[in-house]
Amino acid sequence: MPAISFQSVTKTYPSTRGGSGLRALNEVSFDIAEGEFFGLLGPNGAGKTTLISILAGLTRATSGRVTVQGCDVQADYAQARRRLGVVPQELVFDPFFNVREALRIQSGYFGVKNNGPWIDELLESLGLADKASSNMRQLSGGMKRRVLVAQALVHKPPVIVLDEPTAGVDVELRQTLWQFIAKLNKQGHTVLLTTHYLEEAEALCSRIAMLKQGRIVALDDTSALLKAASSNVLRFKVDGELPPALAAAARITGRIVQLPAHGALEIEQYLASVREAGLTVEDVEIRKADLEDVFLEVMAAEHSHAAIVAAKQSSGARLPV
Amino acid sequence: MSSQPTVMVTGAMSGWQTLLYKEVLRFWKVGFQTVAAPVLTAVLYLLIFGHVLEGNVKVYDTIQYTAFLVPGLVMMSVLQNAFANSSSSLIQSKIMGSLVFVLLTPLSHWSWFLAYVGSSVVRGLLVGMGVLAATAWFTTLSVVAPQWIIVFAVLGAALLGSLGVIAGLWAEKFDQMAAFQNFVIMPMTFLSGVFYSIHSLPPFWQTVSHLNPFFYMIDGFRYGFFGVSDVSPWISLGIVGIALLVVAGIAVNLLRIGYKIRG
Repeated sequence: MPAISFQSVTKTYPSTRGGSGLRALNEVSFDIAEGEFFGLLGPNGAGKTTLISILAGLTRATSGRVTVQGCDVQADYAQARRRLGVVPQELVFDPFFNVREALRIQSGYFGVKNNGPWIDELLESLGLADKASSNMRQLSGGMKRRVLVAQALVHKPPVIVLDEPTAGVDVELRQTLWQFIAKLNKQGHTVLLTTHYLEEAEALCSRIAMLKQGRIVALDDTSALLKAASSNVLRFKVDGELPPALAAAARITGRIVQLPAHGALEIEQYLASVREAGLTVEDVEIRKADLEDVFLEVMAAEHSHAAIVAAKQSSGARLPV
Repeated sequence: MSSQPTVMVTGAMSGWQTLLYKEVLRFWKVGFQTVAAPVLTAVLYLLIFGHVLEGNVKVYDTIQYTAFLVPGLVMMSVLQNAFANSSSSLIQSKIMGSLVFVLLTPLSHWSWFLAYVGSSVVRGLLVGMGVLAATAWFTTLSVVAPQWIIVFAVLGAALLGSLGVIAGLWAEKFDQMAAFQNFVIMPMTFLSGVFYSIHSLPPFWQTVSHLNPFFYMIDGFRYGFFGVSDVSPWISLGIVGIALLVVAGIAVNLLRIGYKIRG
Protein backbone atom coordinates (compact mmCIF):
# COMPACT_ATOMS: atom_id res chain seq x y z
CA MET A 1 0.00 0.00 0.00
CA PRO A 2 1.48 3.38 -0.95
CA ALA A 3 1.94 6.04 1.72
CA ILE A 4 0.23 8.56 -0.55
CA SER A 5 -1.75 7.88 -3.70
CA PHE A 6 -3.04 10.53 -6.11
CA GLN A 7 -5.51 9.02 -8.59
CA SER A 8 -6.61 11.19 -11.53
CA VAL A 9 -6.85 14.28 -9.37
CA THR A 10 -8.40 17.28 -11.10
CA LYS A 11 -9.15 20.62 -9.53
CA THR A 12 -11.03 23.37 -11.31
CA TYR A 13 -11.66 26.67 -9.54
CA PRO A 14 -14.95 28.22 -10.64
CA SER A 15 -14.71 31.35 -12.72
CA THR A 16 -16.06 34.54 -11.18
CA ARG A 17 -17.09 35.73 -14.66
CA GLY A 18 -19.14 32.70 -15.63
CA GLY A 19 -16.47 31.08 -17.85
CA SER A 20 -15.15 27.56 -17.67
CA GLY A 21 -12.98 28.26 -14.62
CA LEU A 22 -9.30 27.77 -13.88
CA ARG A 23 -8.02 24.22 -14.05
CA ALA A 24 -5.31 24.10 -11.40
CA LEU A 25 -4.75 20.32 -11.61
CA ASN A 26 -5.39 18.06 -14.57
CA GLU A 27 -5.66 14.29 -14.03
CA VAL A 28 -2.65 14.07 -11.72
CA SER A 29 -1.78 10.48 -10.80
CA PHE A 30 1.19 9.10 -8.92
CA ASP A 31 2.03 7.10 -5.80
CA ILE A 32 4.58 7.70 -3.07
CA ALA A 33 5.87 4.57 -1.39
CA GLU A 34 6.25 4.07 2.35
CA GLY A 35 9.53 5.52 3.59
CA GLU A 36 10.23 7.55 0.46
CA PHE A 37 11.65 11.08 0.51
CA PHE A 38 9.73 12.50 -2.42
CA GLY A 39 10.14 15.90 -4.06
CA LEU A 40 7.36 17.80 -5.80
CA LEU A 41 8.75 20.60 -7.94
CA GLY A 42 7.28 23.16 -10.25
CA PRO A 43 7.20 26.87 -11.00
CA ASN A 44 4.84 29.20 -9.13
CA GLY A 45 1.24 28.45 -10.03
CA ALA A 46 2.01 24.92 -11.20
CA GLY A 47 -0.46 23.41 -8.73
CA LYS A 48 1.87 22.09 -6.01
CA THR A 49 0.11 23.79 -3.11
CA THR A 50 -3.32 22.90 -4.52
CA LEU A 51 -2.27 19.24 -4.66
CA ILE A 52 -1.01 19.37 -1.07
CA SER A 53 -4.15 21.21 0.05
CA ILE A 54 -6.27 18.42 -1.41
CA LEU A 55 -4.09 15.84 0.34
CA ALA A 56 -4.47 17.71 3.65
CA GLY A 57 -8.24 18.19 3.28
CA LEU A 58 -7.98 21.98 3.01
CA THR A 59 -9.37 21.87 -0.53
CA ARG A 60 -11.64 19.36 -2.27
CA ALA A 61 -10.67 17.85 -5.61
CA THR A 62 -13.16 18.39 -8.43
CA SER A 63 -12.61 14.75 -9.38
CA GLY A 64 -10.21 11.95 -8.56
CA ARG A 65 -9.17 10.33 -5.32
CA VAL A 66 -6.37 10.80 -2.80
CA THR A 67 -5.43 8.32 -0.08
CA VAL A 68 -2.99 8.35 2.81
CA GLN A 69 -1.90 4.83 3.79
CA GLY A 70 -5.08 3.61 2.13
CA CYS A 71 -7.41 6.09 3.87
CA ASP A 72 -9.43 8.31 1.55
CA VAL A 73 -8.84 11.97 2.47
CA GLN A 74 -12.54 12.77 2.03
CA ALA A 75 -14.50 9.65 2.93
CA ASP A 76 -12.17 8.66 5.78
CA TYR A 77 -10.74 12.09 6.58
CA ALA A 78 -10.18 11.50 10.29
CA GLN A 79 -7.95 8.46 9.73
CA ALA A 80 -6.17 10.13 6.81
CA ARG A 81 -5.41 13.27 8.82
CA ARG A 82 -4.16 11.29 11.82
CA ARG A 83 -1.52 9.87 9.47
CA LEU A 84 -0.49 13.23 8.06
CA GLY A 85 1.67 16.02 9.45
CA VAL A 86 1.57 19.10 7.26
CA VAL A 87 3.90 22.09 7.48
CA PRO A 88 1.98 24.87 5.72
CA GLN A 89 3.71 27.30 3.40
CA GLU A 90 2.46 30.47 5.09
CA LEU A 91 4.13 31.59 8.30
CA VAL A 92 1.02 31.42 10.48
CA PHE A 93 0.74 31.31 14.26
CA ASP A 94 -1.77 31.73 17.06
CA PRO A 95 -0.82 34.89 18.98
CA PHE A 96 -2.60 33.88 22.19
CA PHE A 97 -0.25 31.08 23.16
CA ASN A 98 3.36 30.34 23.93
CA VAL A 99 5.33 27.65 22.10
CA ARG A 100 4.67 24.83 24.56
CA GLU A 101 0.97 25.66 24.79
CA ALA A 102 0.69 25.69 21.00
CA LEU A 103 2.29 22.23 20.82
CA ARG A 104 0.19 20.79 23.65
CA ILE A 105 -2.99 22.12 22.05
CA GLN A 106 -2.05 20.76 18.62
CA SER A 107 -1.28 17.41 20.22
CA GLY A 108 -4.65 17.44 21.95
CA TYR A 109 -6.53 18.05 18.69
CA PHE A 110 -5.26 14.64 17.61
CA GLY A 111 -6.36 13.16 20.90
CA VAL A 112 -2.79 12.46 21.98
CA LYS A 113 -2.52 12.65 25.74
CA ASN A 114 0.56 12.73 27.96
CA ASN A 115 2.71 13.82 25.03
CA GLY A 116 5.17 15.83 27.16
CA PRO A 117 8.31 13.74 26.48
CA TRP A 118 7.84 13.89 22.70
CA ILE A 119 7.12 17.65 22.86
CA ASP A 120 10.34 18.11 24.85
CA GLU A 121 12.21 16.08 22.25
CA LEU A 122 10.78 18.18 19.42
CA LEU A 123 11.68 21.41 21.20
CA GLU A 124 15.23 20.16 21.73
CA SER A 125 15.71 18.80 18.22
CA LEU A 126 14.45 21.95 16.55
CA GLY A 127 16.40 24.34 18.78
CA LEU A 128 13.28 25.66 20.50
CA ALA A 129 13.95 24.49 24.08
CA ASP A 130 14.83 27.97 25.36
CA LYS A 131 11.79 29.47 23.61
CA ALA A 132 9.22 27.06 25.07
CA SER A 133 7.68 29.72 27.32
CA SER A 134 7.90 32.55 24.78
CA ASN A 135 4.72 33.86 23.21
CA MET A 136 4.50 33.13 19.50
CA ARG A 137 4.43 36.87 18.75
CA GLN A 138 7.89 37.30 20.27
CA LEU A 139 9.57 34.79 17.94
CA SER A 140 11.57 35.61 14.82
CA GLY A 141 10.38 34.32 11.44
CA GLY A 142 12.83 31.43 11.56
CA MET A 143 11.71 30.42 15.04
CA LYS A 144 8.06 30.58 14.00
CA ARG A 145 8.91 28.29 11.07
CA ARG A 146 10.49 25.80 13.51
CA VAL A 147 7.30 25.84 15.60
CA LEU A 148 5.27 25.10 12.47
CA VAL A 149 7.44 22.05 11.86
CA ALA A 150 7.07 20.96 15.50
CA GLN A 151 3.27 21.39 15.31
CA ALA A 152 3.15 19.20 12.21
CA LEU A 153 5.16 16.47 13.94
CA VAL A 154 3.57 16.63 17.39
CA HIS A 155 1.32 13.60 16.80
CA LYS A 156 4.19 11.57 15.25
CA PRO A 157 2.59 11.25 11.82
CA PRO A 158 3.96 8.48 9.59
CA VAL A 159 3.60 10.76 6.56
CA ILE A 160 5.14 14.24 6.66
CA VAL A 161 4.30 16.95 4.13
CA LEU A 162 6.55 20.00 3.90
CA ASP A 163 5.26 22.79 1.66
CA GLU A 164 8.27 25.03 0.98
CA PRO A 165 9.45 24.81 4.59
CA THR A 166 12.69 26.70 4.03
CA ALA A 167 11.30 29.65 2.08
CA GLY A 168 12.94 32.78 3.44
CA VAL A 169 14.78 31.14 6.33
CA ASP A 170 18.46 31.28 7.21
CA VAL A 171 21.07 28.66 6.45
CA GLU A 172 21.30 27.47 10.06
CA LEU A 173 17.61 26.62 10.25
CA ARG A 174 17.74 24.89 6.88
CA GLN A 175 20.58 22.69 8.09
CA THR A 176 18.86 21.92 11.42
CA LEU A 177 15.57 21.20 9.71
CA TRP A 178 16.99 18.92 7.05
CA GLN A 179 19.08 16.95 9.51
CA PHE A 180 15.99 16.40 11.61
CA ILE A 181 13.71 15.49 8.71
CA ALA A 182 16.36 13.18 7.21
CA LYS A 183 16.57 11.43 10.58
CA LEU A 184 12.80 10.94 10.66
CA ASN A 185 12.90 9.64 7.10
CA LYS A 186 15.57 7.10 8.08
CA GLN A 187 13.26 5.93 10.86
CA GLY A 188 10.61 5.15 8.28
CA HIS A 189 8.57 8.34 8.00
CA THR A 190 7.50 9.14 4.45
CA VAL A 191 8.32 12.70 3.41
CA LEU A 192 6.72 14.76 0.65
CA LEU A 193 8.59 17.99 0.01
CA THR A 194 7.92 20.97 -2.20
CA THR A 195 10.70 23.49 -2.47
CA HIS A 196 12.12 26.16 -4.73
CA TYR A 197 15.63 25.27 -3.55
CA LEU A 198 16.46 22.62 -6.11
CA GLU A 199 19.79 21.76 -4.51
CA GLU A 200 17.80 20.70 -1.42
CA ALA A 201 15.55 18.47 -3.50
CA GLU A 202 18.58 16.98 -5.28
CA ALA A 203 20.35 16.27 -2.00
CA LEU A 204 17.36 14.87 -0.10
CA CYS A 205 14.80 13.35 -2.44
CA SER A 206 15.08 9.84 -3.80
CA ARG A 207 12.33 10.50 -6.33
CA ILE A 208 10.98 13.67 -7.88
CA ALA A 209 7.86 14.76 -9.74
CA MET A 210 7.68 17.99 -11.70
CA LEU A 211 4.41 19.81 -12.19
CA LYS A 212 3.64 22.41 -14.81
CA GLN A 213 0.27 24.03 -15.37
CA GLY A 214 -1.42 21.36 -13.29
CA ARG A 215 0.09 18.37 -15.07
CA ILE A 216 2.94 16.02 -14.22
CA VAL A 217 5.68 16.63 -16.79
CA ALA A 218 8.40 14.46 -15.22
CA LEU A 219 8.47 11.75 -12.59
CA ASP A 220 11.45 9.54 -11.84
CA ASP A 221 14.30 8.70 -9.47
CA THR A 222 16.44 11.77 -8.87
CA SER A 223 19.51 10.00 -10.24
CA ALA A 224 17.65 8.96 -13.39
CA LEU A 225 16.44 12.50 -13.95
CA LEU A 226 19.99 13.79 -13.66
CA LYS A 227 21.32 11.14 -16.03
CA ALA A 228 18.63 11.82 -18.61
CA ALA A 229 19.43 15.52 -18.72
CA SER A 230 22.31 17.06 -20.63
CA SER A 231 25.41 15.61 -19.08
CA ASN A 232 27.28 18.93 -18.93
CA VAL A 233 26.71 22.64 -18.70
CA LEU A 234 28.97 25.21 -20.38
CA ARG A 235 29.28 28.34 -18.24
CA PHE A 236 31.01 31.58 -19.21
CA LYS A 237 30.84 35.36 -18.91
CA VAL A 238 30.16 37.48 -21.94
CA ASP A 239 30.40 41.24 -22.55
CA GLY A 240 27.34 41.73 -24.80
CA GLU A 241 24.09 40.32 -26.09
CA LEU A 242 24.11 36.70 -27.28
CA PRO A 243 22.96 35.79 -30.80
CA PRO A 244 19.19 35.00 -30.64
CA ALA A 245 19.61 31.30 -31.48
CA LEU A 246 22.00 30.86 -28.57
CA ALA A 247 20.04 33.08 -26.18
CA ALA A 248 16.95 30.92 -26.65
CA ALA A 249 18.76 27.86 -25.27
CA ALA A 250 20.75 29.66 -22.58
CA ARG A 251 20.13 30.45 -18.95
CA ILE A 252 21.37 34.04 -18.53
CA THR A 253 22.02 35.72 -15.18
CA GLY A 254 23.51 39.17 -15.74
CA ARG A 255 26.72 38.53 -17.68
CA ILE A 256 26.79 34.82 -16.84
CA VAL A 257 25.60 32.44 -19.54
CA GLN A 258 24.88 28.72 -19.02
CA LEU A 259 24.18 26.36 -21.89
CA PRO A 260 23.34 22.64 -21.85
CA ALA A 261 26.10 20.76 -23.67
CA HIS A 262 26.10 17.12 -24.73
CA GLY A 263 29.67 16.90 -26.00
CA ALA A 264 32.89 18.64 -26.97
CA LEU A 265 31.68 19.44 -30.48
CA GLU A 266 28.61 21.25 -29.16
CA ILE A 267 30.75 23.23 -26.73
CA GLU A 268 33.08 24.28 -29.54
CA GLN A 269 30.09 25.31 -31.68
CA TYR A 270 28.68 27.48 -28.87
CA LEU A 271 31.97 29.27 -28.33
CA ALA A 272 32.46 29.77 -32.09
CA SER A 273 29.02 31.37 -32.37
CA VAL A 274 29.84 33.75 -29.55
CA ARG A 275 33.17 34.72 -31.13
CA GLU A 276 31.49 35.23 -34.53
CA ALA A 277 29.06 37.65 -32.85
CA GLY A 278 32.10 39.73 -31.87
CA LEU A 279 31.73 39.05 -28.16
CA THR A 280 34.51 38.41 -25.67
CA VAL A 281 34.23 35.29 -23.56
CA GLU A 282 35.70 35.06 -20.02
CA ASP A 283 35.84 32.55 -17.16
CA VAL A 284 34.84 29.54 -19.23
CA GLU A 285 34.04 26.39 -17.27
CA ILE A 286 32.28 23.11 -17.85
CA ARG A 287 30.34 21.51 -14.99
CA LYS A 288 28.05 18.55 -14.48
CA ALA A 289 24.34 19.24 -14.91
CA ASP A 290 22.37 19.59 -11.66
CA LEU A 291 18.67 19.38 -10.86
CA GLU A 292 18.15 23.04 -11.72
CA ASP A 293 19.35 22.32 -15.25
CA VAL A 294 17.04 19.33 -15.44
CA PHE A 295 14.16 21.42 -14.15
CA LEU A 296 14.70 24.16 -16.71
CA GLU A 297 15.08 21.64 -19.52
CA VAL A 298 11.88 19.87 -18.52
CA MET A 299 9.93 23.08 -18.17
CA ALA A 300 11.16 24.30 -21.56
CA ALA A 301 10.29 21.03 -23.25
CA GLU A 302 7.00 20.60 -21.40
CA HIS A 303 4.82 19.86 -24.40
CA SER A 304 6.81 16.88 -25.63
CA HIS A 305 7.29 15.58 -22.08
CA ALA A 306 3.58 15.82 -21.35
CA ALA A 307 2.89 13.49 -24.23
CA ILE A 308 5.52 11.02 -22.99
CA VAL A 309 4.19 11.19 -19.43
CA ALA A 310 0.63 10.61 -20.54
CA ALA A 311 1.69 7.56 -22.52
CA LYS A 312 3.79 6.18 -19.66
CA GLN A 313 1.14 6.84 -17.05
CA SER A 314 -1.45 4.93 -19.02
CA SER A 315 0.95 1.98 -19.24
CA GLY A 316 1.78 2.23 -15.52
CA ALA A 317 5.53 2.45 -16.15
CA ARG A 318 8.11 4.62 -14.40
CA LEU A 319 8.61 7.91 -16.18
CA PRO A 320 11.99 8.88 -17.57
CA VAL A 321 12.49 12.44 -18.70
CA MET B 1 15.08 10.16 18.78
CA SER B 2 12.21 7.90 19.73
CA SER B 3 9.79 8.73 16.93
CA GLN B 4 7.98 5.77 15.43
CA PRO B 5 6.17 6.05 12.09
CA THR B 6 2.88 4.70 13.38
CA VAL B 7 -0.38 6.43 14.16
CA MET B 8 -0.57 7.34 17.85
CA VAL B 9 -3.34 5.86 19.93
CA THR B 10 -6.00 8.50 20.49
CA GLY B 11 -9.25 9.02 22.33
CA ALA B 12 -12.25 10.18 20.31
CA MET B 13 -13.51 12.57 22.97
CA SER B 14 -10.36 14.47 23.76
CA GLY B 15 -9.99 16.30 20.44
CA TRP B 16 -13.04 18.51 20.89
CA GLN B 17 -12.27 18.93 24.56
CA THR B 18 -8.88 20.35 23.58
CA LEU B 19 -10.51 22.76 21.13
CA LEU B 20 -12.97 23.79 23.86
CA TYR B 21 -10.08 24.27 26.30
CA LYS B 22 -8.15 26.30 23.73
CA GLU B 23 -11.14 28.53 23.02
CA VAL B 24 -11.73 29.16 26.74
CA LEU B 25 -8.01 29.81 27.29
CA ARG B 26 -8.05 32.22 24.34
CA PHE B 27 -10.65 34.54 25.85
CA TRP B 28 -9.39 34.06 29.38
CA LYS B 29 -5.92 35.30 28.38
CA VAL B 30 -7.48 38.61 27.40
CA GLY B 31 -9.94 38.62 30.30
CA PHE B 32 -9.86 42.39 30.79
CA GLN B 33 -11.24 42.82 27.30
CA THR B 34 -13.55 39.79 27.19
CA VAL B 35 -14.91 39.59 30.75
CA ALA B 36 -14.13 42.70 32.81
CA ALA B 37 -15.03 45.27 30.12
CA PRO B 38 -18.56 43.95 29.48
CA VAL B 39 -19.20 43.85 33.24
CA LEU B 40 -18.16 47.49 33.54
CA THR B 41 -20.35 48.45 30.56
CA ALA B 42 -23.37 46.78 32.16
CA VAL B 43 -22.74 48.56 35.47
CA LEU B 44 -22.59 51.91 33.62
CA TYR B 45 -25.92 51.14 31.91
CA LEU B 46 -27.43 50.37 35.30
CA LEU B 47 -26.10 53.52 36.91
CA ILE B 48 -27.28 55.80 34.11
CA PHE B 49 -30.69 54.27 33.32
CA GLY B 50 -31.35 53.33 36.93
CA HIS B 51 -30.55 56.83 38.17
CA VAL B 52 -32.67 58.55 35.48
CA LEU B 53 -35.70 56.25 35.56
CA GLU B 54 -35.83 54.90 39.13
CA GLY B 55 -38.94 56.33 40.80
CA ASN B 56 -40.44 57.34 37.46
CA VAL B 57 -41.07 53.87 36.06
CA LYS B 58 -42.63 50.87 37.79
CA VAL B 59 -42.86 47.59 35.99
CA TYR B 60 -45.55 44.97 36.61
CA ASP B 61 -46.92 47.49 39.19
CA THR B 62 -44.69 46.32 42.02
CA ILE B 63 -41.14 45.93 40.74
CA GLN B 64 -38.66 48.81 41.07
CA TYR B 65 -37.07 49.79 37.75
CA THR B 66 -33.48 49.09 38.85
CA ALA B 67 -34.43 45.60 40.00
CA PHE B 68 -36.25 45.04 36.69
CA LEU B 69 -33.22 46.26 34.75
CA VAL B 70 -30.63 43.96 36.36
CA PRO B 71 -31.77 40.61 34.84
CA GLY B 72 -32.15 42.30 31.45
CA LEU B 73 -28.60 43.61 31.59
CA VAL B 74 -27.30 40.24 32.76
CA MET B 75 -28.99 38.42 29.89
CA MET B 76 -27.96 41.05 27.36
CA SER B 77 -24.33 40.59 28.43
CA VAL B 78 -24.66 36.81 28.24
CA LEU B 79 -26.03 36.98 24.69
CA GLN B 80 -23.63 39.60 23.33
CA ASN B 81 -20.56 37.92 24.73
CA ALA B 82 -21.59 34.45 23.63
CA PHE B 83 -21.93 35.80 20.10
CA ALA B 84 -18.67 37.73 20.31
CA ASN B 85 -16.71 34.67 21.43
CA SER B 86 -17.31 32.27 18.57
CA SER B 87 -17.58 34.94 15.89
CA SER B 88 -14.40 36.81 16.81
CA SER B 89 -12.38 33.62 17.28
CA LEU B 90 -13.35 32.32 13.84
CA ILE B 91 -12.87 35.59 11.95
CA GLN B 92 -9.53 36.28 13.64
CA SER B 93 -8.13 32.83 12.97
CA LYS B 94 -9.44 32.92 9.39
CA ILE B 95 -7.80 36.26 8.67
CA MET B 96 -4.55 35.42 10.48
CA GLY B 97 -4.40 31.98 8.88
CA SER B 98 -4.12 30.11 12.18
CA LEU B 99 -7.40 28.28 11.51
CA VAL B 100 -5.27 25.90 9.45
CA PHE B 101 -4.08 24.29 12.70
CA VAL B 102 -7.65 23.13 13.35
CA LEU B 103 -8.45 22.41 9.70
CA LEU B 104 -5.57 19.91 9.52
CA THR B 105 -6.86 17.86 12.43
CA PRO B 106 -9.24 14.88 12.41
CA LEU B 107 -11.87 16.87 14.34
CA SER B 108 -15.38 16.41 12.94
CA HIS B 109 -17.85 19.23 12.30
CA TRP B 110 -19.67 18.20 15.49
CA SER B 111 -16.45 18.60 17.46
CA TRP B 112 -15.98 22.08 16.03
CA PHE B 113 -19.58 22.99 16.88
CA LEU B 114 -19.44 21.66 20.44
CA ALA B 115 -16.13 23.40 21.15
CA TYR B 116 -16.96 26.80 19.66
CA VAL B 117 -20.49 26.93 21.08
CA GLY B 118 -19.37 25.42 24.39
CA SER B 119 -16.72 28.10 24.88
CA SER B 120 -19.29 30.76 23.95
CA VAL B 121 -21.61 29.44 26.65
CA VAL B 122 -18.75 29.48 29.17
CA ARG B 123 -17.85 33.08 28.34
CA GLY B 124 -21.47 34.20 28.25
CA LEU B 125 -22.21 32.67 31.66
CA LEU B 126 -18.98 34.02 33.15
CA VAL B 127 -19.76 37.56 32.02
CA GLY B 128 -23.39 37.14 33.11
CA MET B 129 -22.32 36.08 36.60
CA GLY B 130 -19.91 39.00 36.73
CA VAL B 131 -22.65 41.45 35.76
CA LEU B 132 -25.03 39.90 38.28
CA ALA B 133 -22.44 40.10 41.05
CA ALA B 134 -21.59 43.72 40.21
CA THR B 135 -25.13 45.02 39.73
CA ALA B 136 -26.75 43.14 42.60
CA TRP B 137 -25.17 45.70 44.95
CA PHE B 138 -27.47 48.39 43.59
CA THR B 139 -30.81 46.71 44.26
CA THR B 140 -32.53 43.88 46.09
CA LEU B 141 -33.10 40.90 43.83
CA SER B 142 -35.27 37.90 44.55
CA VAL B 143 -34.88 34.56 42.81
CA VAL B 144 -38.25 32.90 42.37
CA ALA B 145 -37.43 30.10 39.93
CA PRO B 146 -33.67 29.50 39.50
CA GLN B 147 -34.23 26.66 37.02
CA TRP B 148 -35.64 29.15 34.49
CA ILE B 149 -32.66 31.44 35.00
CA ILE B 150 -30.22 28.63 34.25
CA VAL B 151 -32.21 27.22 31.33
CA PHE B 152 -32.60 30.55 29.53
CA ALA B 153 -29.02 31.64 30.21
CA VAL B 154 -27.60 28.39 28.80
CA LEU B 155 -29.98 28.15 25.82
CA GLY B 156 -29.58 31.85 25.01
CA ALA B 157 -25.79 31.62 25.14
CA ALA B 158 -25.85 28.48 22.97
CA LEU B 159 -28.15 30.18 20.45
CA LEU B 160 -25.95 33.26 20.18
CA GLY B 161 -22.79 31.10 20.15
CA SER B 162 -24.26 29.20 17.20
CA LEU B 163 -25.15 32.46 15.48
CA GLY B 164 -21.56 33.58 16.10
CA VAL B 165 -20.29 30.44 14.34
CA ILE B 166 -22.43 31.31 11.30
CA ALA B 167 -21.26 34.94 11.31
CA GLY B 168 -17.62 33.92 11.82
CA LEU B 169 -17.77 31.52 8.88
CA TRP B 170 -19.62 33.97 6.65
CA ALA B 171 -17.60 37.13 7.31
CA GLU B 172 -14.41 37.58 5.31
CA LYS B 173 -13.44 40.94 6.76
CA PHE B 174 -13.64 42.55 10.17
CA ASP B 175 -16.04 45.22 8.92
CA GLN B 176 -18.48 42.54 7.70
CA MET B 177 -18.40 41.13 11.22
CA ALA B 178 -18.88 44.57 12.72
CA ALA B 179 -21.87 45.09 10.41
CA PHE B 180 -23.42 41.81 11.58
CA GLN B 181 -22.86 42.81 15.19
CA ASN B 182 -24.05 46.42 14.85
CA PHE B 183 -26.97 45.94 12.46
CA VAL B 184 -28.32 42.56 13.62
CA ILE B 185 -27.22 41.59 17.11
CA MET B 186 -27.22 45.01 18.76
CA PRO B 187 -30.70 46.17 17.57
CA MET B 188 -32.28 42.80 18.33
CA THR B 189 -30.79 42.89 21.83
CA PHE B 190 -31.73 46.48 22.59
CA LEU B 191 -35.25 46.04 21.22
CA SER B 192 -35.91 42.87 23.17
CA GLY B 193 -37.12 44.40 26.42
CA VAL B 194 -33.83 44.73 28.26
CA PHE B 195 -34.68 48.26 29.36
CA TYR B 196 -38.49 48.08 29.38
CA SER B 197 -41.48 45.76 29.52
CA ILE B 198 -43.04 45.42 26.10
CA HIS B 199 -46.44 46.06 27.75
CA SER B 200 -45.40 49.69 27.93
CA LEU B 201 -45.09 49.82 24.10
CA PRO B 202 -47.86 50.73 21.60
CA PRO B 203 -49.68 47.66 20.20
CA PHE B 204 -47.78 47.73 16.88
CA TRP B 205 -44.38 47.61 18.56
CA GLN B 206 -45.61 44.93 20.95
CA THR B 207 -46.40 42.78 17.90
CA VAL B 208 -43.01 43.53 16.38
CA SER B 209 -41.29 42.62 19.65
CA HIS B 210 -43.00 39.23 19.61
CA LEU B 211 -41.20 38.47 16.34
CA ASN B 212 -37.83 38.98 18.01
CA PRO B 213 -36.47 35.73 19.52
CA PHE B 214 -34.22 37.76 21.81
CA PHE B 215 -37.34 39.02 23.59
CA TYR B 216 -38.28 35.49 24.67
CA MET B 217 -34.79 34.78 26.01
CA ILE B 218 -34.82 37.90 28.18
CA ASP B 219 -38.44 37.58 29.21
CA GLY B 220 -38.01 33.94 30.24
CA PHE B 221 -34.78 34.72 32.07
CA ARG B 222 -36.45 37.57 33.93
CA TYR B 223 -39.33 35.26 34.94
CA GLY B 224 -36.84 33.29 37.04
CA PHE B 225 -36.22 36.38 39.17
CA PHE B 226 -39.71 37.84 39.55
CA GLY B 227 -42.15 35.06 38.74
CA VAL B 228 -43.90 37.39 36.29
CA SER B 229 -43.22 37.94 32.61
CA ASP B 230 -44.75 39.38 29.44
CA VAL B 231 -45.44 35.87 28.06
CA SER B 232 -45.50 32.43 29.65
CA PRO B 233 -41.98 31.03 30.22
CA TRP B 234 -43.10 27.80 28.57
CA ILE B 235 -43.92 29.66 25.36
CA SER B 236 -40.54 31.42 25.59
CA LEU B 237 -38.81 28.09 26.14
CA GLY B 238 -40.49 26.58 23.09
CA ILE B 239 -39.59 29.51 20.85
CA VAL B 240 -36.00 29.73 22.11
CA GLY B 241 -35.62 25.94 21.76
CA ILE B 242 -36.87 25.98 18.17
CA ALA B 243 -34.66 28.98 17.32
CA LEU B 244 -31.66 27.17 18.81
CA LEU B 245 -32.37 24.02 16.80
CA VAL B 246 -32.68 25.99 13.56
CA VAL B 247 -29.58 28.15 14.09
CA ALA B 248 -27.50 25.25 15.42
CA GLY B 249 -28.60 23.12 12.47
CA ILE B 250 -27.43 25.79 10.03
CA ALA B 251 -24.11 26.21 11.88
CA VAL B 252 -23.42 22.46 11.97
CA ASN B 253 -24.22 22.15 8.28
CA LEU B 254 -21.94 25.05 7.34
CA LEU B 255 -19.14 23.42 9.36
CA ARG B 256 -19.85 20.08 7.69
CA ILE B 257 -19.49 21.48 4.17
CA GLY B 258 -16.53 23.64 5.20
CA TYR B 259 -18.30 26.83 4.17
CA LYS B 260 -15.65 29.44 3.30
CA ILE B 261 -12.97 27.51 5.19
CA ARG B 262 -12.27 24.54 2.90
CA GLY B 263 -11.82 25.27 -0.81
